[in-house]
Parts: sequence; C-alpha cells; structure tokens
Amino acid sequence: MTDVHIIGAGIHAFGRTPEMSGLDQGVFAVREALADAGLAWSDIQFAFGGSAAAGNADAALPRLGLTGVQFINISNGCATGGSSLLSGYWAIKSGEFDLGIVLGFDKHPRGAFNADPEASGLPRWYGETGMMLTTQFFAMKIRRYMDLYGISDTSLGRVAVKAFENGSRTPHAWRREPVGLQVVMNGDMVSDPLTKYMFCSPAEGGVALILASDKKMRELGLSGPKVRGAAVRTRPRGSFEVFAPSLDVERGVAPTVLASNAAYEMAGVAPSDISVAQIQDTESGAEIMHMAENGFCADGDQERMLAEGVTSLGGALPINTDGGCLACGEPIGASGLRQVYENVQQLRGRAEGRQVDNAKLGYSQVYGAPGLSAVAILEA
Amino acid sequence: MTVAVAEGLFVEKPDGPHLIGGRRKADGEMKFPMPTGPEAALYDPVELAAEGKLWSYTVQRFRPKTPPYIGADDDKTFKPFTVGYVEFPGQVICEGRILVEDSSILKIGLPMRVALETFPTSTRGEVTTYAFRPA
Repeated sequence: MTDVHIIGAGIHAFGRTPEMSGLDQGVFAVREALADAGLAWSDIQFAFGGSAAAGNADAALPRLGLTGVQFINISNGCATGGSSLLSGYWAIKSGEFDLGIVLGFDKHPRGAFNADPEASGLPRWYGETGMMLTTQFFAMKIRRYMDLYGISDTSLGRVAVKAFENGSRTPHAWRREPVGLQVVMNGDMVSDPLTKYMFCSPAEGGVALILASDKKMRELGLSGPKVRGAAVRTRPRGSFEVFAPSLDVERGVAPTVLASNAAYEMAGVAPSDISVAQIQDTESGAEIMHMAENGFCADGDQERMLAEGVTSLGGALPINTDGGCLACGEPIGASGLRQVYENVQQLRGRAEGRQVDNAKLGYSQVYGAPGLSAVAILEA
Repeated sequence: MTVAVAEGLFVEKPDGPHLIGGRRKADGEMKFPMPTGPEAALYDPVELAAEGKLWSYTVQRFRPKTPPYIGADDDKTFKPFTVGYVEFPGQVICEGRILVEDSSILKIGLPMRVALETFPTSTRGEVTTYAFRPA
C-alpha cells in the first residue's frame, strides 16, 4: 500500500478576526495550502472538512471552484480536525484517490462553550443546577490527578508560561506576549485550581493540509512529511469524561491512551522516538495528564520534567511548540489540524524562531468532548 | 418542602436523604441518575448509601450560561459554588453541588453525606435538589 504524505499546508492565524467569517478563514487556509504546494483547486480529487460552529465546510466550494470534487463534511466533536485527517489518510491508503485536502475552520462566540443537556443525552436538571460546564470537568480531573500523583499548582503555572513563551514566537498564535509565572498563578480563579491563564478560550481560525500518495508526490516533484500513524478512539468504560453525572467505581483508561497506543503500533515507533509533540492543552492540567496518557512519562514525572524544562523549546521533548490551545485558542473544527500544521512546519524546518533541532518524528493528539481522542504521527 | 428539581433523584429516609441510582440488569454496571425512558427497563433502581467519600471537587467561579443554568441569580449577584464527585464505595461515583462555607477545608477522601438544598430558580421558583456536605 502507498504511503501518505502532507505536501502542502496553510493556516489562517488563530485568534479573533472580526472582519472575517469562519468560512472566510477556512477558504484562506485552503488557498495558502494550494499555494504552498503549487497546486490548483482543480487538481484536488477529494476533500474532508469540518467546523463545529461556523457552518458546513463544503460551503467553501462555490468560492474554491465547483469542480464536482468529492467533499464530505466531518463532524466529530473536538476531534473533527483529527477525523478529517484520518479520513483523508484512508482515502489515499485505499488506493481510490491520490491527491486531496483536509480542512477545518471555526469561529466561536466569546466565553464558555454553550451546553445543551438534551443534545448530550443528559437530564435537564444537570444543566439547570450548574453542573454542565467543561471547565468544571477539567478542574476536577486535574484536581484528582494532582492529589494522586503529587503535581503542584506551580506545575500548572509552568505549562501556561511555556505556552505563552512559545506563542510569542509563532506567527499563527493568538496570544503573542509572554506571561510570567506570578501573573499566571495570581490570575483570577476560574475553576479551582485553574486560573484564567491556565484555560484556553474558544477562538477562530482555519487550517488546510494537502495529502498525496507517495507516487503522486514524486510525479508532482514535491515532498513533505509522511503520515506514519493516525488513529481516533472513543471513551472506554471507566474513563472520566465531560458531562458525567456519575462515574464507574472501577476506573478505566482515557480514550487518548487507546488512540495513542494504536498510532504508535501503526507507526512502529515508541514514545521515546518522538522529537516534537503537540498535545491537547485545553487547560494546563490537560497537557500534564496527556504527557502521561500519550506515553511520554510515568504519572507524576511531569513535576520534575516541567521544573527542568524538558518540554520547553531546547528541552529533550518540546511540547506545544506553537503555544498550543493556551496561546492559539480553540476553534474546534481547526484545532486538531493546527497541531498537525505545526508539526509539518517543524519537520520541514520552517518553524522559524521555535524550530526544534533535527526534528524527525512529530506527534499530535487532540482530545475533547464527548470523550474522544485523535493522534497522528508524522515523519520528516 | 418545595418541589424536587426532578422526580426520582433521591429519597428521604430516617437517616437522611439517599440518591437513587440504577443497576443494569445485564452486567451490574451502576449509574446515577436512574435512567428514564426506554432505557429504564434495562435497570433496577438502587438506593445508594447515605455517606461516601469525596472523589474530586472544584469551585464554579463564574455564573454558568443560561440556558441551561436556571439559577435565580445574575452576573452581579452570583455567588461561587462548589461542585464535586462523591464515591459511594462499591456502588457508583456521583456528581453534585457541595454545601460548604469554605472550600479550602475539602480534601479528596473526606467523608461526605447526601443533603438536600433549596435552589432558587428563575423559571420555577424554589426547587429542592440533592447536594453533598462534609459528614
């Protein structure tokens, strides 16, 4: 079977762009990706795209060209971007297509995401009495993790400081100013133990990636990172997820553990082989827990790793080199693809100001509601 | 006593209120609340223990969005409240509001009891909901 490569990548900077709709930003990203690869929209054989709050992705077609291309809208919660990538990967892997695009964009209103109990299969009283908030879930998951594995509040702060430092070096990031540890720690508490600097915000942005078979890539005279492994997994019994009025007393693993293991197996690599990683940091605690869930350390090692700067630029395993969700915000449809975009930049040696030396394998993991995780492993 | 926020969430007994969960007939998996609608036929209702242990907690510092939140407060009058999970050993871990003056006294593992709380709403007047308090 053919290998799948990412031969073009485009992004519309994340953050707030009042003069552009989500769709505008998605179209912008597609045009950037096409220009990056030197291709025309008419060359594209298939597209998978998604947006959670900014309309159907295939609304981009009249602007890009009504070429009759196969276009499938993807809607898979926070893993929408990761699911589009996986769908594109399979389309080429199957041999049916050899050149296509995956795109994601979004534009959310300010403040916490809206929650509808019935849409999540939950009783109304759960939302009515003030328990249906993603922020509460993240706070309670890290609170318990900190208690079990000896993680300090300072470590939560260090993750945020690193994010804003990396964001200050990244043209597509939203938050471009470094923030000091004291400011992060003394920020307004949102949901204890997490301050406002430790949470990402809903935002806007668009990302597009062009995928090609090995053969097509050579024909076109192009190059780009190879997709070594990609997997999406949903919550197994006993995992702790958003919007759960109750949990099993027998605890299980997180969906990230399943997706991560599947992607490593597919790629035939181990966590220790990874040179740079983008992992879901909805809030500081999520990055800490995901370090372990993705196999980069044992539970509790994060305390030392963050103190020693292991995951900072220049460390042994730089994590969230573009500032992650904390510095870029989280436009749901685009967020997972933003991680892959950043890895493409790192693996092609184009991450100016934040380049990881000798980056060979890039790992990305997006996680979110209603309890699913998507992992991709790219090779330079 | 005011009307309950929903039917079948809890029952009052001489030793205090108890939550009502559901045990799936097929495999014994327990849930709270007891499922309703067609799913209910697959579960037996189970009265949970009156006391459990704090599993995790946080403080809700901003007023949740309406909808779905129906608290009678507004952004100006909102007072932060504590929420958390309590593990009823051998049964299930349940989420609820926590009645505590000072959340800094909470610790994972702290014994907690089911309590009832009057919850003023903007749509239905005062309702009674379940909550937890340190035992």
